[in-house]
Amino acid sequence: MPTKAKGKAEQAITVEIFNHLVDLAALEMPSEEGEYLRKELNEQLRAIRELEAIEVSEDIPITSHGVPYSAAIMPSLREDIIEICPEADDILEQAPEVEERYIVVPDIPSEALE
Amino acid sequence: MTEHLCDLPAHEQVRRIKGGEISAVELLKSTLERVDAVEGRQARTESYTPNPTDLEKVHAFITVTRERAQAQAESIDQKIAAGEDPGPLAGVPLAVKDIFCVKDTPSTAGSKILENFISPYSATPVKHLEEAGAVVVGKVNLDEFTFGSSNESSAFLPPVGNPWDPTYVPGGSSGGSTAAVAAGEAAISLGTDTAGSIRQPAAFCGVVGMKPTYGRVSRYGLIAFASSLDCPGPVARNVTDTALMMNAIAGPDPRDATAANAPVPDYCKGLTEGVKGLRIGLSPDYFKLKYPDPETGELIEQPISPEIESAVLAAAQTFAEMGAEIIEEVPMPNTHHGIPVYFVISRVEAASNLHRYDGVKYGYRFPDEEENLRELYKKTRGRGFGIQPKLRILMGMYVSAEQYEKGHYERALRVRTLIRDDFERAFDPGGSYKLDCLLTATTPTTAFKLGAVYGDSVLMQYADLLTVPANHAGVPGLSIPAGFGENGLPIGIQFLGPDFSEATLLRAGRSYEMATEGEAWRALQPKVIGAL
Repeated sequence: MPTKAKGKAEQAITVEIFNHLVDLAALEMPSEEGEYLRKELNEQLRAIRELEAIEVSEDIPITSHGVPYSAAIMPSLREDIIEICPEADDILEQAPEVEERYIVVPDIPSEALE
Repeated sequence: MTEHLCDLPAHEQVRRIKGGEISAVELLKSTLERVDAVEGRQARTESYTPNPTDLEKVHAFITVTRERAQAQAESIDQKIAAGEDPGPLAGVPLAVKDIFCVKDTPSTAGSKILENFISPYSATPVKHLEEAGAVVVGKVNLDEFTFGSSNESSAFLPPVGNPWDPTYVPGGSSGGSTAAVAAGEAAISLGTDTAGSIRQPAAFCGVVGMKPTYGRVSRYGLIAFASSLDCPGPVARNVTDTALMMNAIAGPDPRDATAANAPVPDYCKGLTEGVKGLRIGLSPDYFKLKYPDPETGELIEQPISPEIESAVLAAAQTFAEMGAEIIEEVPMPNTHHGIPVYFVISRVEAASNLHRYDGVKYGYRFPDEEENLRELYKKTRGRGFGIQPKLRILMGMYVSAEQYEKGHYERALRVRTLIRDDFERAFDPGGSYKLDCLLTATTPTTAFKLGAVYGDSVLMQYADLLTVPANHAGVPGLSIPAGFGENGLPIGIQFLGPDFSEATLLRAGRSYEMATEGEAWRALQPKVIGAL
C-alpha cells in the first residue's frame, strides 16, 4: 500500500464549487466537516486525473457494465400484469409520518411566478 | 480440543443434522453461545468512546435475530422428524450482511439514516438461502452503505475486529461477514462485492469469499451502492461450503432485469476433479502496485508485500505439481487504472442511488418541525449520512457535472472497456494465453491496524487495487486462504476467470485446499477462539 502522506492538495474543488455541490446534494454541513470533505475530494480528484493521460479514442466503446448481455442470457421481459402489492401496509408503516395512509411532509418550497 | 458444533464446516453440519446426529436447535445454541462469548458490547450509533476491551472482541453483529433463528431451526428439526427434505443447507447458521433486506429485521446498511428501517420483504438471495434451510442468526456490520475497505466507517460502533487479532481491521466492506464466519459466529455469510468487498475481507480474515459474475446472483433486495458493479456472493470457511451457497443463490430473478438467464451448474459437482490440464496465468501487473505519489501526483510503482508474492508463487508451484499449466508473463496492463476508474463510476452511481434517502418515505427523519421540505431533506441527510456517503455523493455529482469535469464519466467508461479487454485477451480460447483463470494475490498487504488508514479516503481505496478490475470487467473472482504473514495474520490468494466460470474457480480452490490440508497453518485458530 502507498504510505500515508499528504502533499499540497490540489484545489480544483474550491469553496464556492463545494458549497454549490453541497446545496445540490441537499446536505446540511457543519464547516469543519466541509473542510475535511473538500480536502478529501481534491485528493481523490488527483487520483482520478491519472485517467487524463490515457488515450481513449471515440472508437473504444463505453462499458456500462462488464458482462455483455447477449440474447442468450438476457432475461425476457415480464408480462405487463397488475399485481397487488401484499406489503403495502408494511411499507407505509416505515414512513416517519403518516396520516390516513398519506405520507405527511412540510410545505413544499415554491416561488410565485411573475 | 473440545469440538464445538459452530466450528464445523457447513457441509458437515448439514450431514449431521440430516443424519439425526445433531439437531438444528443444538447447532443454533452452539452458535449463539459463540456469539455471546466473542462479540463484546453491542454496536450502536450513539457517540462512541473506545475502551480497551473493545480491542479483544469481534463486534461483528448489528442485530442478532435470536427468536427468528430459533423458529427457523425448530422448523428444520420438524421437517426432519416428519421425513421431509430440509434442504441442502439444513440448519446452517447464516449471517447476512446488513446491506440486504431481510423481512421483519432492521436493515440498516450500517447507517444512521436507515437505523430504524424494518424491511417489509427479503432480498432474493436471502430468500433462496432460507429456502435451502439456512438459519439467519443475524445481520452483520459493514462500512456505511458498503463504502470502505476496513469496516471503520459504519455508524454502528465499536468497529468490527479481526478475529485473528482484534486490534487489526477485518477488511471491508463485508468485514462483519468474514469476521463472523472466521470466529464461528456463523458457518456462512452472504456479502456483497463492489470493488473487492467480499474478497479483500475474506483474505484479511482467513476465510473463503467469492464474487460471482455480474448478473449471476440477483441484486433484488440489496440496498444499492454502484448498480453496475455490485455483486452479492458467498463467504464461508472452505470452498465446498462456498459452492453449496452458490448452488442456492445463483440464477435468474424476474425482479432483477440484470440477473442473467444463464444455466446454473451444480457447483459441488466436479469440485475434487483436480486441475490437471488447467491453464493458470500469472501476471506481472498483479505483483506490483501503481498509484499516484501523495506528494507529486506522479505515478509510482511498488511491489506487493514479499510474503504475499511468495504465497502466490508457492501456490502456482503447487498447481504445477498437480498437473496445471502455469502461464507466466500474462499482460494485464490496465490493472492500475481500476482505482481511478472506480473513483468516477462508483461515485456517480452512488450519488444517484443515495438521492432516495430523504426522511419522507422510510428511515431517519430530522425530528424537529421544519419550515419546508427542502430544509427537511437537508437536515435529515446532513445528520443521517456519515462522512463516506457524503463524500461519494459530492464526488459523484462533481465528476458527472458537465460544467466541472467535461467528459470524465464517459472517459472512465471507455477505460473500463480497456480493463475488460485485458481479461478477454487473457481468457480468449483462440488467443495467445487461453487461460482458464488468473492466479493473483487478493490484497497487496495483510490486514492493517484499526485507525492506521481510516480517514485517508484515497489510501483506503488502494486496498482494493487487485480486486476492483474484476468488478469493472464483471468477471468472477474467488479468494481463499493461503497461509499467514509474519504478523500472524492471514494471506489470501485470488482466482479470476471468464464470465460464468465460477465452477472452474471453485475446483481450483478446492484442489489447493486438498493439496495443503496437512500443512501446519491449517490447524491455527483465530485468537478470539483460542482465548475461550
